Amino acid sequence: MKSEQSTGFLKFILRELKPKGKIITPFNIISALTILVAAVILVFRFKDGLGSVIHGSQDAPWGLWINFNVITGVAFAGGGFVVTFMVYILGLEKYRPIVRATVLYALLSYMFYAGALLLDLGRPWKVINPIIGNSFGISSVLFLVAWHFLLYMGSLFAEFFPTIAEWANLKRLRKVFASMTLAAVIFGIALSTLHQSGLGALFLMAKPKIHPLWYSEFIPILFFISSIFAGLSLVIIMETINQKVFWRNMSFMHKSSHRNIVLGLARVSAVSMFVYFFMTILVFLHGKNLAYLNTSWGYWYMMEILGFVLLPCMMFLYGYRQRQLTAVRIAAIMSVVGIILNRMNVSTIAYQWYAHSIHFPTWMEIVVSVAVIFVQILVFRWIIRRMPVYRESPSWVTGEEQKKSFKQKEERRKKWMVSAG
Amino acid sequence: MAINRRGFLKTLGVAGISLTVGKSFGAAREEKNAVEFNGILYDSTLCSGCQSCEYACSDKYELPYPTDAPVPGVVRTTSDKQRVAVNAYNTSKGPQHIRKACNHCNEPACASACLTKAMLKTDEGPVIWREEKCMGCRSCMISCPFDIPKFEFDSPNPKIQKCRMCYEELMKGDVPACVEVCPQEALTFGKRKDLIELARTRIYAEPEKYNHNIYGEHEVGGTGLLYLASVPFEELGLRKDLGTTSYPEYNKTFLYSVPAVLILWPAFLLGLHNSFKERRSNILKGKEDGHEE
Repeated sequence: MKSEQSTGFLKFILRELKPKGKIITPFNIISALTILVAAVILVFRFKDGLGSVIHGSQDAPWGLWINFNVITGVAFAGGGFVVTFMVYILGLEKYRPIVRATVLYALLSYMFYAGALLLDLGRPWKVINPIIGNSFGISSVLFLVAWHFLLYMGSLFAEFFPTIAEWANLKRLRKVFASMTLAAVIFGIALSTLHQSGLGALFLMAKPKIHPLWYSEFIPILFFISSIFAGLSLVIIMETINQKVFWRNMSFMHKSSHRNIVLGLARVSAVSMFVYFFMTILVFLHGKNLAYLNTSWGYWYMMEILGFVLLPCMMFLYGYRQRQLTAVRIAAIMSVVGIILNRMNVSTIAYQWYAHSIHFPTWMEIVVSVAVIFVQILVFRWIIRRMPVYRESPSWVTGEEQKKSFKQKEERRKKWMVSAG
Repeated sequence: MAINRRGFLKTLGVAGISLTVGKSFGAAREEKNAVEFNGILYDSTLCSGCQSCEYACSDKYELPYPTDAPVPGVVRTTSDKQRVAVNAYNTSKGPQHIRKACNHCNEPACASACLTKAMLKTDEGPVIWREEKCMGCRSCMISCPFDIPKFEFDSPNPKIQKCRMCYEELMKGDVPACVEVCPQEALTFGKRKDLIELARTRIYAEPEKYNHNIYGEHEVGGTGLLYLASVPFEELGLRKDLGTTSYPEYNKTFLYSVPAVLILWPAFLLGLHNSFKERRSNILKGKEDGHEE
C-alpha cells in the first residue's frame, strides 16, 4: 500500500517535470544559450581561479556577482517582506492575491543570489565555517547577513510551503505549515529589516574609500528604506509582465484585482520614496557635502537622487491620483534603475573613486550574472505553471477553509446570542 | 491588546539579560587589550631603500623576488606576491623612502569584518590570516583602510596575502625577518609602548631632523607599525584623512541595534497584528449585528 503511494508520487513528480507550453521560443533559446555559456565559464572559474573569469582587482575586490546579484538583487527581493507585512500584519486583504507570487519571487531570489555568492567566494568549500561554529565572527556584519539570509530563506520557505503542498496533495503537511505562516512572517520581517540594512552596513568600514556623497553612517537605514520601494517597484513590473505571460494560469480574482493592486502599490512606493528622498537630503546636509555638488561626481549624484528617486516618486503619485497604470509602470521601471544606480554607486562606481582606472566587469562576468537571473526566471515559470500561485487552490483547501470560516461564524453567532441574552 | 503582564515581564527579562551579557563581553575584551602589543618602529629617515626587507620576506614566505626597484614618481604596492613594498618619493627635504606593509592595527577593521575569524588580532599584536578558516569573501579587503590584504585571484585555491609580523618567529622569541635583515637598522621590533617612547626620544634628540608626529600612534585608533619621518607624512603617500577612530567603531551602532531589533520588532509586529485583528473582527461583528437586527 505504502510503496504504491510512493510510486504514485514519483510518477506525479516525473509527469510534472516535463515542460509545459512551447519549447522553442525566443526567450527559451536566449536563456538556454546564456546558461550554457555561463556553465562553461564556471568550469574555468573553478579550474583557474576567479581572476581567469572576472575582472578581479586588488583595489575593487568585489565584482558584479556580489555587487549586482547579491547587493542589488536582494534589495529587489524586499517585496517579500513588504507585501507580507501589508497582508498579514496590517490585514490589507486587497493585496492577498499577490502574496504567493511575491513570496515565491523573494524565495528564489535569495536561493539564486546566495548561489551567486558561492560562485564568488574564493574558497567556497569553507562556507560552512561560520555556520557550524568554532569560527563565529560575531563582530562581523557579514556574519549577521549570512545568518539572516539563511534563516530568512527558511521562513520564506515556510510561508510558501502551503502552495507546494496544495500542488503535491500533501494535506496534513499543508495544515502544519499553514499554521506557522504568521510566525514565519513576523520572524521574516525582523530578519529582512536587519539584513537589508546589513547589506549597507557592509560598507560602513570602507569610509575612506567611498565618495562622501554616497558614504554616511546612515547607509544601513537608507538601504532598508530603499529596499521597500525597490521590492514594490519590482512587484509592479513582475505583475505587469505576469498578467500577459501567465494569463491562463490566473484565477479570475487575480486578473480582476490587478489594476487596484498596482495602484495601491504605487501609493505605498511613492510614500516610501518620499521618506527616502527626505532622508537622503538630511544626510546630504548633515554631511556638509555642498562643496561636492558642483563636480562631475555631484552631477552624477544629482541625477540619481533627482532623476531616479524624486521623479519616479512624483510619477507614482501622479499615476495613483489619475489612476493611470502606464505612468505607474514607467515610474516602477525608473525606480528600479535608480536602485541599481544607487547600489552600484556605493559598491563599485564611487568605491575607490580617487583611483584613475575605471573598474569594468568582463563579458564573462556579465554572462554569468545574467544567467543566474535567467535560471531564476525559468524556475519561477516552472512553478507558476504547476502550482496554485496565481491559480485558485484545489477544492479540498477551499472546502476546508469554508468549513473553518463557517465554524467561526457559528461560534460568533452563539456568543452573540449569549450576550444578547 | 496582546501584551499581558507575563509577556511583558518575559520580554523585559530577555532584554535585561542581553544588555548585561553584552556589557560583560565588552569588559572581557578590554582586559584582553591590557596585554602589551608588539610592534615595529620604522624610521624612514634611516631607510636607504635597499629592499632587503622585501627580499627577506620573499625568502621566508616562498614568494617571488621583487622585479622592480623604488623610483620616485612610481608607486609600488603590495600584492598577492609581495607583502612588503618600498617606495621612493621626492619630498621637500630631498628623496626619501617609505615602506608599506600591514600596520597591525590595535583594533583592525579586517578582523572585525571577518565572519569566520580567519583574520585574527593575536594577543601578542600581529594580525594574522588563517587558511583553514577563510572562505575567501574578501570583506577584509573592503574594510581595510590601508588596502593591505591581497587576494590570489589567479589561483583555484586562493589565499589572502599579507604581512603576519612573522608571528611564528615571535612565539619562538625571535624578531620578524625584515627587522632582522635591515642593514640600516631603520626597523626596530619591540613592545608598542616602548617603541613610542623610543620614537619620542629620537624626536627630542634631533628636533630639527624629524617631523614631530608619530604616524600610527593615534591613526585609526593606533597601529602596531609606527612611522617616523623628516617630512609631513602626506609627502610620503601616507593617508592623513583616515581619522583616529578605530574602524570597528563605525559598525558598533549597527551591531548593537541588532539584538534590540530582533527582540522589539517581532513583539511590536505581533501587537500590531492583534490590534488589527481585533478591529477587523469588530467590524465584522458590527456588520453581522446590523444584519441580524
